[in-house]
Amino acid sequence: MARVAVTVPPSAKRGEIIEIKTLAQHEMETGFRRTQTGELVPRDIITGFVCRYNGVEVFRAELHQAMAANPLIAFTTVAAESGTLEFTWTGDHGYLANQKAEIKVV
Amino acid sequence: MTTRRQFLALACGTLAAGELRAQLDPNIQAKRKAALEAAISKVVGDAPVRPGKVKLDVPPLIDNGNTVPITVTVESPMTEASYVKAIHLFTEKNPQPYVLTAHLGPRAGRATVSTRARIADTGRVIAIAELSDGSFWSDAVSVVVTLSACLEDGLI
Repeated sequence: MARVAVTVPPSAKRGEIIEIKTLAQHEMETGFRRTQTGELVPRDIITGFVCRYNGVEVFRAELHQAMAANPLIAFTTVAAESGTLEFTWTGDHGYLANQKAEIKVV
Repeated sequence: MTTRRQFLALACGTLAAGELRAQLDPNIQAKRKAALEAAISKVVGDAPVRPGKVKLDVPPLIDNGNTVPITVTVESPMTEASYVKAIHLFTEKNPQPYVLTAHLGPRAGRATVSTRARIADTGRVIAIAELSDGSFWSDAVSVVVTLSACLEDGLI
């Protein structure tokens, strides 16, 4: 099972800019490396990341081979209303990971 | 008469040259440059890219090229009228120079993205920001890498 972690502040003031950090456990195999016998190791990376705030997309990223292993993505968003932040990672060979975080806006 | 010092220098030079020839494609510089230009033109198209507005934060000396922390900040009010649409990140010397594209919107509040990249060799890191009015702005930082990422495959 794919392991992912996100950091979202549990509560925020309305209109406050909050920082969100996300981390996914993944090798991010580039497809450029070779084994000892000289065969290419096939590419296996996370290619997409989406963050939805109460169903509305607020951040999206396309990832490529030059991303480090266990890709970290940190970004900001405006705390508009209480609700759920949904994070989705997609990648090669049907990789799919989901995570949710609740935020209370006062 | 060849001194010990001369002999060692010659031997090291020959060995190093042989090693390099075995590993490196003779056109590696041209290929890397073409790969970088192709990757940038894919996102930018024909639009001019101007320097400014973007601030790229990368450590100037990198011990381990496998995980390099990078922060990109773009000057923008981030309102409905004027915001940063996307931030693109490239490295000059990688076999595949494209690192990341982040799509933002006015709901981001601040145009900041942090991530970690692989950097294969000493060279430039380039960030390009695409604004809502369609203009492109960029920043480039030269970094020194002591331990390269993807070294074992002889591609760099």
